[in-house]
Amino acid sequence: MASSAVQPSRSRDLDKLLLRSGNLVGENFEPGPQLRDDLREYVRILVVGAGGLGCELLKDLALSGFKNLEVIDMDRIEVTNLNRQFLFRLEDVGKPKAEVAAKRVMERVSGVNIVPHFCRIEDKEIDFYNDFSIIVLGLDSIEARSYINAVACGFLEYDSGDNPREETMKPIVDGGTEGFKGHARVILPGTTPCFECTIWLFPPQVKFPLCTLAETPRTAAHCIEYAHLIKWDEAHSGVSFDPDDPEHMKWVYDEALKRAELFGIPGVTYSLTQGVVKNIIPAIASTNAIISAACALETLKIASGCSKTLSNYLSYNGVEGLHIKVTEFEKDKDCLVCGPGILIELDASVTLQKFIDLLDEHSVLHLSKASVTHRGKNLYMQAPPVLEEMTRSNLSLPLFELMGKVPKDILHVTGIAIKDDKKTSCLRKLRIVFKGVDGVTDMDMAGGA
Amino acid sequence: LRIWGEQGQAALEKSSICLLNCGPTGSETLKNLVLGGVGSITVVDGSKVEVGDLGNNFMVDESSVGQSKAKTVCAFLQELNDAVKAKFIEECPEALIETNPSFFSQFTLVVATQLAEDSMIKLDRICREANVMLLFARSYGLAGFVRISVKEHVVIESKPDHFLDDLRLNNPWPELKSFAETIELNAADPVAHKHTPYVVILVKMAEEWAKAHDGNLPSTRDEKKEFKELLKAKMMSMDEDNYKEAVDASFKVFAPRGINAELQQIINDGCAEVDSSSSDFWVMVAALKDFIVHEGAGEAPLEGSIPDMTSSTEIYVNLQKIYQAKAEADFLVIEEKVRNILKKTGKDPHSIPKSVIKSFCKNARKLKVCRYRLVEDEFSNPSLSELQRYLSSPDYSFAAGFYILLRAADRFAANYKVIPGHFEGSLMPSCREIDEDIARLKSTAVALLNDLGCSGSPLNDDLVSEMWRYAASELHTVAAFVGGVASQEVIKLITKQFVPMSGTFIFNGIDHKSQLLSL
Repeated sequence: MASSAVQPSRSRDLDKLLLRSGNLVGENFEPGPQLRDDLREYVRILVVGAGGLGCELLKDLALSGFKNLEVIDMDRIEVTNLNRQFLFRLEDVGKPKAEVAAKRVMERVSGVNIVPHFCRIEDKEIDFYNDFSIIVLGLDSIEARSYINAVACGFLEYDSGDNPREETMKPIVDGGTEGFKGHARVILPGTTPCFECTIWLFPPQVKFPLCTLAETPRTAAHCIEYAHLIKWDEAHSGVSFDPDDPEHMKWVYDEALKRAELFGIPGVTYSLTQGVVKNIIPAIASTNAIISAACALETLKIASGCSKTLSNYLSYNGVEGLHIKVTEFEKDKDCLVCGPGILIELDASVTLQKFIDLLDEHSVLHLSKASVTHRGKNLYMQAPPVLEEMTRSNLSLPLFELMGKVPKDILHVTGIAIKDDKKTSCLRKLRIVFKGVDGVTDMDMAGGA
Repeated sequence: LRIWGEQGQAALEKSSICLLNCGPTGSETLKNLVLGGVGSITVVDGSKVEVGDLGNNFMVDESSVGQSKAKTVCAFLQELNDAVKAKFIEECPEALIETNPSFFSQFTLVVATQLAEDSMIKLDRICREANVMLLFARSYGLAGFVRISVKEHVVIESKPDHFLDDLRLNNPWPELKSFAETIELNAADPVAHKHTPYVVILVKMAEEWAKAHDGNLPSTRDEKKEFKELLKAKMMSMDEDNYKEAVDASFKVFAPRGINAELQQIINDGCAEVDSSSSDFWVMVAALKDFIVHEGAGEAPLEGSIPDMTSSTEIYVNLQKIYQAKAEADFLVIEEKVRNILKKTGKDPHSIPKSVIKSFCKNARKLKVCRYRLVEDEFSNPSLSELQRYLSSPDYSFAAGFYILLRAADRFAANYKVIPGHFEGSLMPSCREIDEDIARLKSTAVALLNDLGCSGSPLNDDLVSEMWRYAASELHTVAAFVGGVASQEVIKLITKQFVPMSGTFIFNGIDHKSQLLSL
């Protein structure tokens, strides 16, 4: 007979979602103890960043049924982090963020295993990222997001019907905050837009016109940027400005003050100097908590199917009351990073020169004066003259050979295309497939005729 | 570098917060407040740490199983900031509300988490009576809510994201006009021509237009178009950014004069008729009202700052001084009025510091007054039209559905003495038992809708099943989200900066279409 006493379980609350069926759930949701155990045993999550968002993410994921976590961050802990990166204490200042964060969460939540990586994201082999079920981002830079996005989307493969192959789809959950604002988004490469598809979402950084800085400054910020961007190089040729060096910062402050006095402009303070130079927007613990929670919840849903997922972009603004908006952005089918690329079938004998000519005649591309790169390597460059000369000899070689004799691969080409009666330079992603070299030919090769 | 500045920080450090129930919702709320630097926290919870808590609460650990949850959470919160004074009381919040209402008077603000409807109502009455700020927060499966309950909260430093500058291009005062007169628009020197700031350009061009149009500014679509063409015609070359800025800013000339509707509502408020019991804020509003009617001729005091614009340094700095001078002059008039009103109402005329009055004047156009209904009133008498609208709108229906179902779950628990979806024992209930339980929850929700007068409104069956599924579970990520929102609102209430949310925030963790319901 089954005993009526239940073994107390850590999973008391999560079990309601993982063990019980529902109607508003993911497509392949199979509730039950197996699902809960699989989440623990087999799912591996990577958290990128161990700062304000990263600390919250590690805690949230550790308390959402995941047991295999890894975290990567290249920074060390500073005193200014302590008011919101709650895993760090005064005595941790100077130590690597990833290592301390991992240690603290493991101490508090027994059973979770977190492997820290104290290095840059570029230092890892691409295959490192392929080991994870889902990658969650707690970053503060566009460049870093772009990089991880390109890596994850690089794993994506399409089938012959131009449909993304499910097993190569590496989900990314991305969060970002700035003061009282933030966003959380789900990226399913091949299905939802990737980071590059919607790069226009990020507003351009404020840049002052050079003539304002040089000739007609009006505000304290103008004086500061003059000292930072113009005067520094004049006075310290060769030495690059280091915003973390207090001596450098003081020099900029003094120069800015001098200029401000010259023009009769008030308001230059050391604090403002730091803010302008570092482009700092004060961070708040509560916004980080909100955005990370949303990201961790989506991660749980993607991994388990226990509920419908965010589709696909959440924006949050807490300045005046509270505004939450969900937008369903659409993938750019021509996206250079997550799209399949335009298909071009070629004979293995086609030379690079012939290929470039074909691009001009191509019914969709009409790309003239094309330059061609393969996996970062220049096959032919139209300009500058030095590169043109260096790559000119490739033109007479078969493209198949130049691409390492693989039956198919991706090429990137840049050139001039005509759009709306205007000539514009553009970059295109191409899928090259060489006919008759896939190992299967028309003739029966086995054992001879 | 804090977004709420030194004064905001000082207010936080003086505050004392009481937390009721320290499951993850309460713990996560307080975590953010402790990191923010509140003065003191008192954690009230009568339960002991269970194994199940290890799976959802970061402020407990294995060694604390069996111990007081309040004590454990308090200790871990203290670790985050040793400047905060942390205390705990091992007592059930419901009992405290029943037997010791005066307990709450000592706090600046009470964060009440995971309370059911009847306790919420009782606590709300107690805090409203004692003039203690109150915030409710709750997590329930993938649903949650946050609700502020304060009689009145006024904000001077609302710091909105985007607010129009106060240039008065549609209503320039004498000194601004005289200054504009000293500058020749048709300057022979091309450098001077392209470094005339757009404020000067627009003041002069608007004056010219008004002279030719009976003293009126452009008002029809055609007139506005014509005005812009006149501006463009004065450009001497394509790179004159100041003229481009003038065209882009021309809407400021067409804008109606005077104050906006919201400020109008504030000065018309009954509280602006001040007496000896009036708060400093309303005394200043009374002075502002008087200024607007008399010296301001329909306008609020000038804000005083101007945005950056293409200009020579000299003219820009001089222009800044003109604006600063008028703002200062307006401030002095209002200050005088404030002192007179204080005298008249029998108070010390210097009881409101200069700096406060100055900030009030600078922020006059952006003042906010927030008032919240007692939850009892809202529960028994919600705005029917709004509730019906929410329940039938695709974007709001999940949020509104959760609002109704959370209350229905509380009613269910009160009636049947068990949480809907909760089953004792290791055996999963049979399909029939589940269906019956869900049906009971649904009929409870339908009865509630009937009581509220919303009998025809749709109720999503899938959502009812979801509610059953959750069985009052507290998931960490939902608690962290709700706690994040709650802590942010507490900070706004204590620092009196930024505008707190109005209405009830419903968290919807299914598709994230969370909403603010104004009931």
